[in-house]
Amino acid sequence: MADEALFQFLHNEVIQYIYKSSEHGEMENGRCITKLENMGFRVGQGLIERFTKDTARFKDELDVMKFICKDFWTCVFKKQIDNLRTNHQGIYVLQDNKFRLLTQLSAGKQYLEHAPKYLAFTCGLVRGGLSNLGVKSIVTAEVSVMPACKFQVMIQKM
Amino acid sequence: MIQHTSRLCKGYLSKKESDASDDLNSELFTLTYGALVTQLCKDYENDEEVNKQLDKMGYNIGVRLIEDFLARSSIGRCQDFRETADVIAKVAFKMYLGITPSVTNWSPAGDELSLILESNPLVDFVELPDNHSSLVYSNLLCGVLRGALEMVQMAVDVKFAQDTLRGDNVTEIRMKFIKRMEENLPAGDE
Repeated sequence: MADEALFQFLHNEVIQYIYKSSEHGEMENGRCITKLENMGFRVGQGLIERFTKDTARFKDELDVMKFICKDFWTCVFKKQIDNLRTNHQGIYVLQDNKFRLLTQLSAGKQYLEHAPKYLAFTCGLVRGGLSNLGVKSIVTAEVSVMPACKFQVMIQKM
Repeated sequence: MIQHTSRLCKGYLSKKESDASDDLNSELFTLTYGALVTQLCKDYENDEEVNKQLDKMGYNIGVRLIEDFLARSSIGRCQDFRETADVIAKVAFKMYLGITPSVTNWSPAGDELSLILESNPLVDFVELPDNHSSLVYSNLLCGVLRGALEMVQMAVDVKFAQDTLRGDNVTEIRMKFIKRMEENLPAGDE
């Protein structure tokens, strides 16, 4: 099934919709990013709930993050995270060298200023997924050369 | 507000004998669509406006989706509207949504038909609250069909005639052929 393509079309259209009625400027951009992130959050919560129905309990935080990098990422983006780094103090950096939602946008630095729009939903997705696994976090993303990008997860002590 | 009740999931998972991750991927679309509709309901005062937005967004998706479809399916030009309807039901719907609606209720003139969907993946886990009785939840699909067909020079009118979310037994999409459109020639071809 080509539903990955369908999701990408929908994702792009959602971004267009969120931005089309807003004015330009820092404030509005921030508001739009937040809306997209919140949508991703809700979806992430629902998705992880269904996905881990029959999964065994996770040993620890690192186990959860590995699950996100391998199983969750494969399910959602048909590939694994390429590199996971951590400082063992609650900060994880997930590197995807060929992020699916950016490959259509550009291969390099063109449209770099638009990249955050295409990452917001996924940040929320990760945050929502972690949330329903009992892990509170803040997720941000950065990109310097598309389609590679890094998602930074900061675990919040509850 | 519109709820996503995973308690309703029991039947859904056993329905398809496909890979677990296949199910999950279509759920990504379903859940994202639900989040979109929820957002639209927040942004617009009434259901009619939401329906219109869904149709517009569907149209925007459709005009791009058609290229993706033609690339994947390598289907040649359809001879007539009947063939078009068959391709939509048996190839396109199957490819993108994993379902095969049946094509029925042809008008005598052969310009109008119904697509009957036994199940609609978009509405998994969805319940419509009472105050949204005019919401055509899956209206995006109408826009997608309209936009996609316009790119192959067919003007059609598409709307939902029946909707399981609103209590009907099946979901029925009614599609009417309006006219064949002129191909746009590049400027300066006089």
